[in-house]
Amino acid sequence: MKLKIIIFFILLNINSIKAENLKANKNEIFKNIRCLICQGQSVADSNSEFAQTIKLVINDQINEGKSEKEIYIFLVEKYGEWIVYKPPFSKTNFLLWTLPYLVFLIGGFVIFFIVRKNKEN
Amino acid sequence: MGIKIIKLLTFVIVLFIISVFFISLNKSSFYNTKVLEGQKISGINLNHFSEDRTIIEKDLKKNNFTLINFWASWCGPCRLEHPFLLKLKSEKKLNIIGVNFKDKKSNAINFLKELGNPYNELAKDEFGRQSINFGIYGIPESILINKDLVILKKFIGPISKKDYNFIKNVIKKK
Amino acid sequence: MLSNVGNLLLSLNILIGISIIFFSIKSLEDRTDLIGKNIYNLCLFQSTSIITCFFTLIAAFIISDFSLITVYQNSHSLKPIFYKISGTWGNHEGSLLLWAIILTIFSYLFLLINNKHPKRYRIYTLIIQNILIIGFLIFLLFNSNPFSLILPAPKEGLGLNPILQDPALAIHPPLLYIGFVGSSIYFSAAIASLLTDYSDKQFAQSIKNWVLLSWSFQTIGILTGSIWAYYELGWGGFWFWDPVENASLLPWFAMTALIHSLIVLEKRNLLYFWVIILCLLTFILSVTGTFLVRSGILNSVHTFANDPTRGAYILIFLSLMILASVFIFFKKFRSKNYNVNSNSKETFILINNWFMIFYLITVLLGTVYPIFTEVLSDNKVSVGPPFYNTVIIPILVLFLYFMSLGPQARWIKNQFNNLKSIVIILFGSILMNFVIVYLFESYSVLSNFIIISSIFLIFSSIKDTIKLFKNKDFNFSRIVSHTAFGFLVLFIGLNYNFSLEKDFNLKVGETKKFDNYSIKFKDLNLKVFKNYKAVIGEFKILNLRNNSEQSLTPEIRIYENPSTLTYEASIRTGLLKDYYITMSNIDRSDYYNIKFQKKPFMLWIWISVIIISLGGFLRLFKNGNKNY
Repeated sequence: MKLKIIIFFILLNINSIKAENLKANKNEIFKNIRCLICQGQSVADSNSEFAQTIKLVINDQINEGKSEKEIYIFLVEKYGEWIVYKPPFSKTNFLLWTLPYLVFLIGGFVIFFIVRKNKEN
Repeated sequence: MGIKIIKLLTFVIVLFIISVFFISLNKSSFYNTKVLEGQKISGINLNHFSEDRTIIEKDLKKNNFTLINFWASWCGPCRLEHPFLLKLKSEKKLNIIGVNFKDKKSNAINFLKELGNPYNELAKDEFGRQSINFGIYGIPESILINKDLVILKKFIGPISKKDYNFIKNVIKKK
Repeated sequence: MLSNVGNLLLSLNILIGISIIFFSIKSLEDRTDLIGKNIYNLCLFQSTSIITCFFTLIAAFIISDFSLITVYQNSHSLKPIFYKISGTWGNHEGSLLLWAIILTIFSYLFLLINNKHPKRYRIYTLIIQNILIIGFLIFLLFNSNPFSLILPAPKEGLGLNPILQDPALAIHPPLLYIGFVGSSIYFSAAIASLLTDYSDKQFAQSIKNWVLLSWSFQTIGILTGSIWAYYELGWGGFWFWDPVENASLLPWFAMTALIHSLIVLEKRNLLYFWVIILCLLTFILSVTGTFLVRSGILNSVHTFANDPTRGAYILIFLSLMILASVFIFFKKFRSKNYNVNSNSKETFILINNWFMIFYLITVLLGTVYPIFTEVLSDNKVSVGPPFYNTVIIPILVLFLYFMSLGPQARWIKNQFNNLKSIVIILFGSILMNFVIVYLFESYSVLSNFIIISSIFLIFSSIKDTIKLFKNKDFNFSRIVSHTAFGFLVLFIGLNYNFSLEKDFNLKVGETKKFDNYSIKFKDLNLKVFKNYKAVIGEFKILNLRNNSEQSLTPEIRIYENPSTLTYEASIRTGLLKDYYITMSNIDRSDYYNIKFQKKPFMLWIWISVIIISLGGFLRLFKNGNKNY
């Protein structure tokens, strides 16, 4: 019975899976790049000189066919990691991405053991 | 026993976090791209200001040292650094390339007429595209590179007397 | 003169605090069960004097007494009176005075209201709370004194930043402080409870209304901050995972976990030490947040001016608090046996706490990670919205399902005999999602899950309501808050997926056409106001689908004191969607950069949060009728 429900659920959502678009999304990228001369704004939200220039260059690169990842690598090479809001998954950022899920798993185990200890009682 | 470990761990973590916070109080929260010093520049394709040609990496490798200076006629602080640039022009080992940033040709020419032309070569970056290749995020900004195109120093803001002396020392060494 | 009065009152308060501690210790040693009248009177005196002190500062702002540095730096004689008053707490020093008031008033009220609880417990709470008060006042008096003088007195002030002159922002700090500064009282109560071994369900009853109060206010406090950001900051968003925003969210997670665990402690006398941890954690997070925001170590849109000595003071205060509370906790910790069945309401509340801690750790980690990488590796990284969204949203889906099932579970041992209805609701949610996707646009897989799970929660809650109506066992407040939470997630999900954003350059007289809209830049006007000049753009938005027209007027404002430029968004709030336009000038050009946004369901996002906190207030009101 449970299996039937799961299959039904997946079938119903097939149409959404094809909705993922493959073109590098301009707005998504703008929202991920920090405006270096502003106090905590992305280039999407800023109209400073720097923001305008960067948006121009990113537009150029999208039109050349560069992928989102390539654009980020380019910008990080020129400006350092601070310019992207989504920290790339590297050695230094490993802890950042894994610690939350680690905590989640540990929490799950804790509850599991508390509750299980009682089944045995 | 388990509790003892947790106690110790907690104290260690708390002390660690507090120490990091204390140390961070002394660090500035303003970002600058000085981290890029030591890296090579790449993707250079500067349009010459008046002639119909481009300046590329090969051209830059010809000199012992190059100072690439981004400026504009509408930029106030650019006037402050101009005297130092003029003094540097006489340095034989140093080649100064000026990149006119998002400017009108006539305004740029008038600016140089008024204050003097310190540049060995003049380029233009009409929409700012090339500035991104150099990691520029404001003007004036200057980059000192050596023969191998390695960034020796980034000068954010107008070149000061201290920066001027630094440049003179560096080019003396080789 | 005002400065002297203020300083006098601050010093007086410190002395009163010390005498309260002195008399409290004496009271512990005597045999009676009653707390002496003198202590009550001192507390009342303490409250009145700090309130008077605060009014002194407000008075200084109203009459524009620029001999006080704080007034000079943050006010101007041309400022409208409402903002002169709210400017009192819109700056670092003044807001600390607000901190002091809440600490003091809560201390007194807790003493008064909790008269059915043991004397030793109440006295200890009072002592610890007063230690906090004194620590804070010392910080105020010697480092961030709102009454410090500047001589000779300037003739005019520097003015208050115009983006801060907004009604939502004016009430944002007081609301928020009742929230997370108010959590100080159950921090103190928790330590008192440890020291006096007062750990039964009565302890839960003594603090539960305080937790509810602070939680409800914290929720609205966060809301007003988001509303301000949406209307004032001009980028059309309401949450940016900015460090200052995160600093207010962290205590909220802890408070929410605490509210739920208190239910278990009260009903089943379990989870005592976990409740204590949460009580301590909430206020510790509040002070940590204050430290992060005011010390200047984080880069944010909302930063106050930076001063490293401030940071040092707060950090010392915070460190002492953490070390003392951890020490006392471990000293008094006793391993207890838990009698928790896997299928029971207790387990579901534990699950709630599990998720809350997950959110807490994620947001805390994201906020402080840049500090750690900078200190340890000299490399600066940014952690922004993409990180938080990626990590939290998938887990949120699971959370919504548990939220639906939890309240239906019974205490101790539950039987899910309503499996059939759960399946029906799940089917209904999927169908609803399918309808939305079919009628409008399709969205990402993750969004599908979010929409389905939030609808699931909403349907479950509605079914709950119907069942409980019959049952007369009405937990109305819980249903209100949980349902509103479901709606909040639903509306945020729909808003995120159906928002339209268009960024383009236009000259006066030109029209831009795209998708279903045509936007005409009709006119540009210059108007002069009392303390600023405004360049106002007139725009006509034509919705090509139904031929409806809206007119919007974004502004570029030029202020003199201080000399700033602000961009005022023009927002048309509708029942189903908001239209949002910002206009900014492009240097050395006739063109203006226009950003047009269509944002569905914004109004409902605000309403959902209000209803969430309403649930808390309802419960508080219901509890208030019984005297715990």
